Amino acid sequence: MIPVIRARLRQGYRTLAYPDGPPPSLPDRFRGRPRIDASRCPDGCAACADACPTRAIDLRDGLGIDLGRCIFCTDCVSACPEGALQYSRDHRLAVRTRADLITRSDRELELAGALQGRLRSLFGRSLKLRQVSAGGCNACELDVNVLNTVAWDLSRFGIQFVASPRHADGLLITGAISENMRLALRKTWDAVPEPKIVIAVGACAISGGPYLDHAEVANGVEGLLPIDLYVPGCPPHPLTILDGLLRLLGRLERAGADVRSEPGDAVRPAEQGGLG
Amino acid sequence: MSASSGAMARFAVIANGRAIERSALPQLPPAELFAAISEGVEAGLRVASFFGMADADPDEVGLVVVLADDRRARLHLGRTRVRGAGFEALTPVCPQVHLFEREIAEQFGLRANGHPWFKPVRYHRSYRPGYEAFGGRGGEGPTVGVTDFYRVEGDEVHEVAVGPVHAGVIEPGHFRFQCHGENVFHLEISLGYQHRGVEKAMIGAPDKRSIHYAETLAGDTTVGHASAYCQVVEALAGCQKTPRAQALRGIALELERLANHVGDLGALANDVAFLPTASYCGRLRGDFLNMTATLCGSRFGRGMIRPGGVGFDVGEPTVRELLTQLDAAERDTMSAVELLWNTPSVMARFEDTGPVAPDVARTLGLVGPAARACGLARDVRHDHPSGIFRFAHVPVSTWSTGDVFARAYVRWLEAQRSIGFVREQLRNLPPGKVCGPVGALAPDQIAVALAEGWRGELCHVALTDGAGRFERYKVVDPSFHNWTGLAYALRGQQISDFPLCNKSFNLSYCGHDL
Repeated sequence: MIPVIRARLRQGYRTLAYPDGPPPSLPDRFRGRPRIDASRCPDGCAACADACPTRAIDLRDGLGIDLGRCIFCTDCVSACPEGALQYSRDHRLAVRTRADLITRSDRELELAGALQGRLRSLFGRSLKLRQVSAGGCNACELDVNVLNTVAWDLSRFGIQFVASPRHADGLLITGAISENMRLALRKTWDAVPEPKIVIAVGACAISGGPYLDHAEVANGVEGLLPIDLYVPGCPPHPLTILDGLLRLLGRLERAGADVRSEPGDAVRPAEQGGLG
Repeated sequence: MSASSGAMARFAVIANGRAIERSALPQLPPAELFAAISEGVEAGLRVASFFGMADADPDEVGLVVVLADDRRARLHLGRTRVRGAGFEALTPVCPQVHLFEREIAEQFGLRANGHPWFKPVRYHRSYRPGYEAFGGRGGEGPTVGVTDFYRVEGDEVHEVAVGPVHAGVIEPGHFRFQCHGENVFHLEISLGYQHRGVEKAMIGAPDKRSIHYAETLAGDTTVGHASAYCQVVEALAGCQKTPRAQALRGIALELERLANHVGDLGALANDVAFLPTASYCGRLRGDFLNMTATLCGSRFGRGMIRPGGVGFDVGEPTVRELLTQLDAAERDTMSAVELLWNTPSVMARFEDTGPVAPDVARTLGLVGPAARACGLARDVRHDHPSGIFRFAHVPVSTWSTGDVFARAYVRWLEAQRSIGFVREQLRNLPPGKVCGPVGALAPDQIAVALAEGWRGELCHVALTDGAGRFERYKVVDPSFHNWTGLAYALRGQQISDFPLCNKSFNLSYCGHDL
């Protein structure tokens, strides 16, 4: 017993001050939200798009990056002759709609707004999630799990991962949705009582990620289930995931975005999408 | 041992991380190749890889085998061609190939006749049109989770099915237990839920996605798999790495091992409800991941390992910062982990739980800490060293009891060695560039790379076509060897010990399912 107490004193109190205090510092080389300066793009240059492994760069309407497809590899940065692309250390990436994931030089990212109405009152202080892992590399799962460590202590926000869909308020989904997980995801979704939400974490769950257009996967959750929160990254940093969850529950002030109505907040029937 | 007598004498011999002309591998008749594999395994060699590849003639399938001679640091390569829809299974006389033969059957519609456990591996359609070893009469592929599960019949015998969706934040897989009360007669593990078609997508590569596939074969082994992939590419391109690049790769690989081993020790503590170590190690795992992020910006080492060297250099201030972080993490890890061995309630749960006998481990061909916990001193860093490990030797850590305690304690021994290695390398980083140019890949070659990931041996094999593109790219994650070890560890155990036994192996679903 005495060694246990001695170790406890030595290890100290480790829970982060965030979100009341500052967020933990990220390494200098951390790759967060990209900054785009399309004015530097020479006419007809497509070096970034040609280098991108996941077709995340859209040049049709000036330089744009689809954060839902981006795996934050910076192959585009290396390819760009003009320095039009940079990855900043801004960890805030989560949004509420698929369209908001397209980032351009003239458009700030529309960070996720809070659930409204009945969903907010039901889940705002207690959100139980069932996690479904379906066709990824397990890195997203690992950094979701990190939120349960003493440093992040996710349960202090009333957010917990539960062992049955019957106990859950929604699904947190990772992976590109392999064909072999399609049915299991459908069954899990059906077993969650209404009202319920879906959180897609990582490039795979949003778009298929590195496995985009493989016959063995469904290119993510999009089109299969209605998604309430998109958390980009490959994998997203735990801070990015937590930022998204807290924004969804209205626990963080909305920053860098103008407020607009959120059509996705109404309680919807379970029968949507093409699963099963 | 006479590894080069008999049929094996006709195999080609190379060292880890090397390439040779495909024509140096003679086409042996199937019976001769199988006899050679059998002979090699009996002489103490291991089956590191054994796989099929498409042939110009759709009615034929090529088979390639890589046998590892750990004592002589040599890899023996052999090949054959099989015509039609089947071959005589080798598994009955050489159990080590049991999963390889099922994989060959599934991928190329080639039945392994006489295989005692002939079931799908990942539940997908065959790569060879018109040939399906599993699945329905209409030529459709198998349905995931639908197979002829092993059953024990009798009064009071019951079956427990778990998954594919698990109770925690865990990858998907299906487990079926045949139980008598609490006692497990048999555990069957059925996977394939994470199958996303990576090997198929590598045909015709390398291209701009290849390195990213390598980094996501198993996300927790990003550095390990990316290192093996780069070794293959560099062997085929005849590319030399600078000493500085090799040292930085080694540092990244050992940091990956540290994060995972320390995390596993915490998770094992959690599974026996010893919360102090569980809490501390959960945080400390993050400290090691953050050191990797200091190197390259990503906690999982994304972007660090690149063909020709590494993607990021470190300056003197970063080296000092890393050394300071390493010292602090070492002290805290020591304090957290030593509690385990000094707490009788923990030791009572670890000792004699889930034992694997050394001969079972050897027969199945287990690798990594799971094998070393059974006293098998096999470690790629020692047996087939490449890169920095040719110059900086990491002693092999073993234990003899093969139980949960042994698998935990081997991790702790290895973690301490890794800390020493990282410190030594950081203090003595050679000068120079960290990345060089990589030319075109040589045509008509075969290259093999082994790397010791934190779970064990990673084996990547590439065969290039006449244009220097991958005609076949084969990946063997250590989990491919070790899942059967977990099934054996559960025999005669209480079902309530499954989480503990499972965590003591902590195998990869995505690395297996590819």
